[in-house]
Amino acid sequence: MTDQLTLTPNIDGGDDFYAELLATHEGLSKADSDALNARLILVMANQIGDRAILSQALAAAALKSEE
Amino acid sequence: MNKIFEVPVYPYERHADQDASAPVRHKVIVIGAGPIGLGAAIDLAQQGIEVVVLDDNDKVSFGSRAICFAKRPLEILDRLGCGQPMVDKGVQWNVGKVFFDDREVYDFNLLDEEGHKRPAFINLQQYYFEEYMVHRVRQLQAQGAPIEIRGRNKVSAIGTHPDHVTIEVDTPEGSYNLEADWLIACDGAGSPTRAMLGKDFVGRVFEDNFLIADVVMEADFPTERWFWFDPPFNKGQSALLHKQPDNVWRIDLQLGWDIDKEREKRPENVIPRLKAMLGDDVEFELEWVSIYTFQCRRMEKFRHGRVLFAGDAAHQVSPFGARGANSGLQDTDNLCWKLKLVIDGKAPESLLDSYDDERIHGADENILNSSRSTDFITPKSETSRLFRDAVLDLAEQYEFARPLVNSGRLSVPCTYDGSPLNSADALAGPDYTRPGSACPDAPLGDEFLLPKLADKFTLLTIDADATDVIEEAGITVERLALSVKDDKTLALKDRYLGELESGVYLIRPDQHVAARRPSYDENLFRAAIRRVTGQE
Repeated sequence: MTDQLTLTPNIDGGDDFYAELLATHEGLSKADSDALNARLILVMANQIGDRAILSQALAAAALKSEE
Repeated sequence: MNKIFEVPVYPYERHADQDASAPVRHKVIVIGAGPIGLGAAIDLAQQGIEVVVLDDNDKVSFGSRAICFAKRPLEILDRLGCGQPMVDKGVQWNVGKVFFDDREVYDFNLLDEEGHKRPAFINLQQYYFEEYMVHRVRQLQAQGAPIEIRGRNKVSAIGTHPDHVTIEVDTPEGSYNLEADWLIACDGAGSPTRAMLGKDFVGRVFEDNFLIADVVMEADFPTERWFWFDPPFNKGQSALLHKQPDNVWRIDLQLGWDIDKEREKRPENVIPRLKAMLGDDVEFELEWVSIYTFQCRRMEKFRHGRVLFAGDAAHQVSPFGARGANSGLQDTDNLCWKLKLVIDGKAPESLLDSYDDERIHGADENILNSSRSTDFITPKSETSRLFRDAVLDLAEQYEFARPLVNSGRLSVPCTYDGSPLNSADALAGPDYTRPGSACPDAPLGDEFLLPKLADKFTLLTIDADATDVIEEAGITVERLALSVKDDKTLALKDRYLGELESGVYLIRPDQHVAARRPSYDENLFRAAIRRVTGQE
C-alpha cells in the first residue's frame, strides 16, 4: 500500500492547525487570502513531491469518488 | 542602404522547363525556400538526389523572425555543411533572468555540458540563417550537385497521383507545369499546399497578440535572455529582451487580445512602449516591427502519398521555447535519409510512414511544451493567474518553486521512443542513448564524435569486436571502432556505456540510435538493419 493518499486523520493537534490556518488569513483581503492559499498549496505540494499522491489529492479535493 | 532582407538573393530567371513541350519531371520538388525547405534540399542534393526548390518570393526572411537555434539543429547544420558560419556569426548565451513586476525573481544558467562541439544555443536572425543556407546551395551547385532554387515561382495548383505529383507554377512570365516523383511542402504555417490539398490543421487558438520589435542600439545589457512577467512598463502582460548579432535586440511585448493591430504597429505607438521599457535615454533605431498571434496545432498526418509536409506547414507552436524552426530542421533530418533509400529502391515506400510516426511524436511533444509555456505566460483565467503569480512570488524566495516558472521550455532533441524502427534496448546503459535518441556528441581528442556519424549508417563499437562492414538487404553499414581511451574526459564512456565495459550501437544517417547491445551479434544486428530500413 505505497503511494496511497492518507484520507484518515493524520494531523497532530488538528484544532490547533485549523486555528493557525485561520489566523494566518486574519485581516487579509479576499485577493491576498486567495494568493496565500495558492502559495500554501504549492508549498505543501512540494513537500509531498510524489506525483501519484498529488494526483490522488487533486481528485480527493474535487470530491470525485472512485465508485 | 538596403537591409539584407530587402535584396533579392534568388531572383527570377526564365528556366528551360518553362518552354518545354511537356511538363518536365523532377525527382523531388520542395515548396518554400525558408530554413526547412532549404535544409531539405541541401540534405537531398548532398546525397545526389535531384531537387528543385520553388518559392513565391526571391528574398530571405523579411525581418529576424526565428532567432534562437539550439544545439541539435546546429549539429544537423554541420551535417548540411553550413553550421560553422551560423555559429561564427551567432550570439552565444546561457544565462536567463526572470523578472516579476519590478523585481528580479531569479536567474538560470543553461550550463552547457562540456564535451560537445556545439553550444546549447545561438541567437541569429533568420535572414542570416537563410542567407548562409543559400550560400551552401551555391557552393553545392558549383560542385555540380543537382540543386536549384527558382525565385518568384508560386505554386498555384497541385494534382496528386499514386506515383507522382503534378504542379502548376505561376511566374512573372506566365505559368508552366512541372511533375515530381516526390513533393516536400515547407511553405509555412499558412501552407498554401495544405490548403490546395484540403488537409486539416487542427489545434488550439491562443487569443493574444504580441508586438515583436527588433531595435538596433548600443546598449550595455548583458548577453542574457531577460523575461518579465507583469512588468511596470507593460502591466498585466509579459515582455522579452534577447540579443542578436550586429547590436540588434529582440523585444517581445504581449499586447492582449482586443487591440488594433495596424495602429499598434505604427512607429509613433511602438517607440513610446520601447522607451518605457528601455529608458528615455537609450537611443535606438527600429529595424523591424511585427505583430503576431499564434496557435498550437498540427496536421493529422504529415505524409499524404507522394506529398510530405515539414516544418510549420505540418505543425505550428507558440514561439516560447524556440520549437518552430528547431523542430522543422529535425523533420527534414528525419525525412531525407528515408526518402533517399526509397528513391534508390533500397527500402519500401512504407519506410516513409515512420516519418509520420516519429515526427508526429516530436510535434506533439513540442505542442505540449509550448502550450504549457503559453498557459503560464498568458494566464487565461483568474485562477490560472493566481497560481502563476504564486509560483513567481515563491520563486523569489524559495528554490523549490523555480522549476515551475515557465517562460519557455527550450528546445531539446526528440527521442523517438516506441518507433517501429527501433530494436529493443539490449544495453543496460545510459538512458539518454537508448534506441530512438539523437546521439549526444563527445570529444575524441581534438575532434568530435558526431561528424564521424553523419550521412550514413554506422556501427559504433566501443571496446568491442565486430566486422568492419556489414552488407544487409542492400544497406551498407560501416564500423567506427572507438575505445573509451580515445576520450580522456570520459564523456564517451559516460554517454554511451555508463558502468559497462563495452557497447555496440547501430546509428542511423540522422545520428539517431537504432539499436544497442553490450557486444556484437551478427544476426541480431542484421535484423536491426532490416528493421530500421522498414524491411522487417
